[in-house]
Amino acid sequence: MRMLINVPETVVADALRGMAAAYPDLTVDVENRVIVRRDAPVAGQVALVSGGGSGHEPLHGGFVGPGMLCAACPGEVFTSPVPDQMARAAAAVDSGAGVLFIVKNYTGDVLNFDMAAELAEDEGIQVAKVLVNDDIAVTDSLYTAGRRGTGATLFVEKIAGAAAAEGQPLERVEAIGRQVNENSRSFGVALSACTTPAKGSPTFELPDGELELGIGIHGEPGRERRPMMTSGEIADFAVNALLEDMPPHSPVLVLVNGMGATPLLELFGFNAEVQRVLRERGVPVARTLVGNYVTSLDMAGASVTLCQADEELLRLWDAPVKTPALRWGM
Amino acid sequence: MLDADFFRRWMAAATASVNREAERLTALDSPIGDADHGSNLQRGFTAVATALEKEAPETPGAILVLAGRQLISTVGGASGPLYGTLLRRTGKALGDAPEVSEAQLAEALRAGVDGVMALGGAAPGDKTMIDALVPAVDALGDGFAAARAAAEEGAVATTPLQARKGRASYLGARSIGHQDPGATSSALLIAGLEEAAAGAGG
Repeated sequence: MRMLINVPETVVADALRGMAAAYPDLTVDVENRVIVRRDAPVAGQVALVSGGGSGHEPLHGGFVGPGMLCAACPGEVFTSPVPDQMARAAAAVDSGAGVLFIVKNYTGDVLNFDMAAELAEDEGIQVAKVLVNDDIAVTDSLYTAGRRGTGATLFVEKIAGAAAAEGQPLERVEAIGRQVNENSRSFGVALSACTTPAKGSPTFELPDGELELGIGIHGEPGRERRPMMTSGEIADFAVNALLEDMPPHSPVLVLVNGMGATPLLELFGFNAEVQRVLRERGVPVARTLVGNYVTSLDMAGASVTLCQADEELLRLWDAPVKTPALRWGM
Repeated sequence: MLDADFFRRWMAAATASVNREAERLTALDSPIGDADHGSNLQRGFTAVATALEKEAPETPGAILVLAGRQLISTVGGASGPLYGTLLRRTGKALGDAPEVSEAQLAEALRAGVDGVMALGGAAPGDKTMIDALVPAVDALGDGFAAARAAAEEGAVATTPLQARKGRASYLGARSIGHQDPGATSSALLIAGLEEAAAGAGG
């Protein structure tokens, strides 16, 4: 194992101390593991709180700031945070306008956020929740825990965050968040496994010349393994699967997301292929974002997320945002 | 009758076996999960041991409620709320009696397992901790040794199943052929009852 760490036990705390030093606009409570925008609570605004396992950086701490999240709760690597963290975050950012929890659909995240909502409501805080479940690789959702939440989390956090920043009420911000999730689909591929600090070796073996289709963001294998494909072939496979699941009815937001160890050179090239497939299929592209946003430690690979965006969602997407990892218009 | 000391020994035995088996639990969790079940439970049960030393609750029920609360506050993931609910519900069902019978424990543990099933939505055969806990509770009437054996058998029997709950379910048919880490750790918890009973003289 070659990792730039001290010991596995302090990886998350060490990262939080480093984040605090890099971003003076954030208040980082290292002991209780809560990242809060420094000017929270913001009077009259619904507060967005998200969180999940660490290892997906910049998600979620990197998206805390004006126009997006008010607070983020990082758990252990790939492990949901605990209810105490979210309840503490909710209390720190609630201005009286209520708190919206943005939760990725994993059993642990759902259970812990539900418990946190109860704790926060006991304190008189109004809480609503948006569940993100955009990953089409998990198809038989009737019999499983359902689709995973992956890349669409960024779309939900940005667009609902913009609605909150406009002063829209909790019910409306929640409805917009749900709409973004319903309009979004993701599909991911892995070219290598990742290595968690706790285990110290790759989470699965992927022989040279093969790839995993339909992966999530926790180092788990995908739905199937195939011989290596070209960037263009992967784009054909992924985009066609997405469009089959949700036939296009409006221009789309595109997120071409790296899993952590794939260079931008490859991601931009992959994006060119994604755009080609969308063009061939007659789907207009409204906006495109390329980079490492929802990662899986040092996994090589990429995911594609499409969000059908009407004018309202597009306007909120374009609204100003100022966070460590996403910043425009201010 | 089982007194507060028995429940303290149970939690100590569970902590010891989680520490001993942490690497195996994590290894079971890597092909079908995310390779941290052992380290997460280790963190939780260490917190349980610390809390029980500090607060020293005097009744079986209070010990389990405190332990459950610690697991919810420290483990994270799905294991924290599920194991926490198991112990909290069991503890609440025991009430504030200073001593409980084995039959009362069996009944309370069933309430705890029902709580886990309600929270996680899993049923027997879904390849989860339920596959060890339900047979263990069913066998508890025949004693702690029978419960341990039933839980271990239940855990082993998850190997050929396809996961329908939790992170392993995302792998579909590829989850087949791996023993479920949650069922395995549940069997460790149940085995702790026998160890606690064996330690009664000491």
